[in-house]
Amino acid sequence: MEEKAEKNPMGTRKNGVILAFKNGSAVTRLSFLFMGFGQIARGQIAKGVGYMVLQALFTLYTLFFGGRYILHLFSGDLGSRLSGEHWNEELQIFEKIKGDNSFLILLYGVISIVLALLFVFVWRMNVKGSYENDKRLFSGHKVATLQDDLHELFNRKFYTLLLALPLLGLLIFTVMPLLFMVLIAFTNYDYAHMPPGRLFDWVGFANFKTMFSLSGGTSGFAFVFLRVLLWTFVWAFFATFTNYFLGLIIALLIHKKGIKLKALWRTLFVVAIAIPQFVTLLLMQKILDGDGILNKLLGTNILWLTDQRYFSILPRLMIILVNIWIGVPYTLLMSSGILMNIPTDYYEAARIDGANAVRIFFAITMPYMLHITTPYLITQFVGNINNFNVIWLLTGGGPVDNVYYGGGTQAQSTDLLVTWLYRLTTDRNPTYNVASVIGIVIFVICSVLSLITFNRTSAAKNEGAFQ
Amino acid sequence: MRKLKRLGRSASDILTYVVLAVLGILWVLPIVYLVYTAFRVTPSTGIINTLFPKDLRLGFGNFTRLFQDTIFSRWLGNTLLVSFSSCALTTAFVLMVSYALSRMRFRLRKPLMNVLLVLGMFPGFMSMIAVYFILKAMSLTNSLFALILVYSGSAALSYYICKGFFDTVPKAMEEAAILDGANQPMVFWKIILPMAKPIIVYTVLTSFISPWCDFIFVNTIISDRNKYTVSLGLYKMINAEKNSFNDNFTVFCAGAFIVGAIIVTLFMSMQRYYVEGVTSGAVKG
Repeated sequence: MEEKAEKNPMGTRKNGVILAFKNGSAVTRLSFLFMGFGQIARGQIAKGVGYMVLQALFTLYTLFFGGRYILHLFSGDLGSRLSGEHWNEELQIFEKIKGDNSFLILLYGVISIVLALLFVFVWRMNVKGSYENDKRLFSGHKVATLQDDLHELFNRKFYTLLLALPLLGLLIFTVMPLLFMVLIAFTNYDYAHMPPGRLFDWVGFANFKTMFSLSGGTSGFAFVFLRVLLWTFVWAFFATFTNYFLGLIIALLIHKKGIKLKALWRTLFVVAIAIPQFVTLLLMQKILDGDGILNKLLGTNILWLTDQRYFSILPRLMIILVNIWIGVPYTLLMSSGILMNIPTDYYEAARIDGANAVRIFFAITMPYMLHITTPYLITQFVGNINNFNVIWLLTGGGPVDNVYYGGGTQAQSTDLLVTWLYRLTTDRNPTYNVASVIGIVIFVICSVLSLITFNRTSAAKNEGAFQ
Repeated sequence: MRKLKRLGRSASDILTYVVLAVLGILWVLPIVYLVYTAFRVTPSTGIINTLFPKDLRLGFGNFTRLFQDTIFSRWLGNTLLVSFSSCALTTAFVLMVSYALSRMRFRLRKPLMNVLLVLGMFPGFMSMIAVYFILKAMSLTNSLFALILVYSGSAALSYYICKGFFDTVPKAMEEAAILDGANQPMVFWKIILPMAKPIIVYTVLTSFISPWCDFIFVNTIISDRNKYTVSLGLYKMINAEKNSFNDNFTVFCAGAFIVGAIIVTLFMSMQRYYVEGVTSGAVKG
C-alpha cells in the first residue's frame, strides 16, 4: 500500500511512524521492537520472516563489526593506539598489538552509518506496513496477500524494482566515497599523518582556513586558489565554445548546397574519434615537445608546452588548440545531426523575405541550435571544468612557476582544480585533506551551475509536453 | 547578371572545398602519422624527427612484437570481457532508471532527479582512493569484476538523455496497453524498449567504448599486469620506465591502431544512432 502520511484535522502532515505508535494495535507496537511481528501475526509470513532475518543480520553486524566504528565516529575519536609493542603491566611482558587505523575507522564508520540509515528505512517500512494492516482490518478489509503485494510491485510500485539495483550501485560507488571524501576535508590526513604508521584526527575547519587564508601573500594558498579557479573557468569557457562553434561551422560548410561527397568529408573528421584520447594526447605531447618533430620541421626552438613567460600563455593556447582537435569531431557530428532536422520552411520563408546567408545564420540557424543544445553545452562546460585528461597528459599541469604558484601549494601554471587535486593526492608527500577541500569546491561549483541551468531549460519544465 | 551569380557561387564552392580540405588534412594528419608509425619497422622504435628517414622500412614487425613480446592479446581479452559486461549492466541500469523517472510518478521523483544530477557532477576519480578501499573491504581489488562494477556502478547518473527520449513517447500508447491488461514490465518490454532503439544503441556504444579509453581507474584498482586492460597496458608500455618510450613507441602505435580500428568500426556502423542519441535528449520544448 502507498505509505502516505495522514493528515490530521489541522491539515498538516504527520509522521506515519508516530501515528502508528499512537493509534496502532499492540501488534504494531510490538513490531517497533521485533520487526516482522506485525506481518507474521496477520499471516503475511514471507514478508514477516524477511523483516526478521534483516533485523537479525543487522544486529549481528552492529554487535560484531559496525557498532564499534559508529561509536568511534560519534565520539570524535579516530583512533589513538599505534600498532607495535606495548608493555603489559599484569603479565610483565611486551605484547604485540594491532593498533588503530584512522583511515579504516573513518571508512568503516561511513559504511556502517549508511547501512544503519538503510536499516532505519526498512524499519519504518515494517512499522508502517503493520499499521496499514491495522487500518485495513479496522475498516473490515483483509490484509494484503503475497499475491497482492507482488501485483503492486509489478504495477504501481514497479519503480522500486527498477531503481533498487542502480541506486545500490550509486550508493556504494558514488555516495559512500563522496561522504568519505567530504569527511577527510575536516581531518589532518596528509603525509605526516599516514595510518597505520601515524594516525590522523579531526581538525575542524583548519583546512578550509589554510586554503582561503591570505597569510601566504600573493603566492600563498588563497591567491593561488583564485588563479587556478580563474584559469579553470577560462579554460572551460574556451574549450566549450571553440569546439561548439568550430564544429558548427564545419558542419555548415559540409552541408552547404552544392558541396559534393558530404559523407566522405564528415567521415574524414569523425575518424578522429576512434583514436583513444590518451593516445592522441601522448602523441601530441611528443610532437610539441621542445625537441619534438614540430620544432624540427619548423627549424625553431619554441617551448610549446613549457614556456612560462607571460603567465604561460603559449602552453595555455596550445592546450586549447589540441583540445579543438579532440573535441570538434563530436560537436560536428552533433550539429550535422541537428542541422538536418531544422524545418526547411523556416529557410524558405527567410529567402523569400530576401535575407542573405549571414542573416539566415544569425536569425535561424544559431537560435535553433542554441535552443536545442543548451543542456549539451552545460554538460560540456561542467565536463571541461573536470577535464583531467587533456591537461594532465599534455602539460601535467606545468610549467612550474614559482613566482605565481609558490608557497607550498604544489599548483602549477596550467593546473585545473582537478589536476591540482590529483597532484596533491598522488604526490610523494600527499595532502589528502587539502585535496578534499578542493574536491568540495569543485563539487559545489558544478552542482550549483547544473542545478540552476538544468531546471531552467525547457526540457525540464515541459517534460510531459509530448506525452 | 545570372552568369555573375553562378560565378560567385562556384567561387564560394571552391573556397569551401579548399577550407574543408585544409581542415581535413589537419585532422587526418595525426592519424596518418599514427598508422605510419605503427607500420614503421626501421630506423628506430622511438619517435623520429624526420618524416621520411633514409633507411625506412615498413612492415608488420610491430604487430608481431606486440603479440609475441607483450601480453597484448591477454589485455585485449580482458578489455573485451570488461567492456561487454559493463556495457550490458550500464545499459540495463540506464534504461531502468530512465523508465522509472520518465514513465512513473512517485513521491520522491523530483528530488531524486535533482540528487542524481548533483551527484553526477562529482568527478569520479576524485573519490578513487575511497573506492579502492571499499573494493578492498569487499576483497575485490585486482579483479576484472571490480572494474566492471566501477564502470557500471554509477550508471544511474547518466539517465538524462535517455529519460528525455522516453519523455517523448505518447502516454496514450501505454494507457491503451494497461487497459488491455498489461502490467508495467510488459509496457517496458513491449512498448517503450522497441521505440527506444536509437537511445539504446547510443548507450551501448558509449558504455562499450569507455573501458577502452580509461586508464586512471584501472591504474588504481589493478596492479596485476595480467589483469590490465589495453589502455593501461599501452600507457604503461611507454611510461613505465625512462627508456620505455623510445623502446616501445612503434609497438605502442601498433596497439593504438588496433584499438582505434575496433572503435572506428563500431562507430561508423552506428554513427546514425549516435547522432540521434546525442540530439534526442535535447530536441524538444
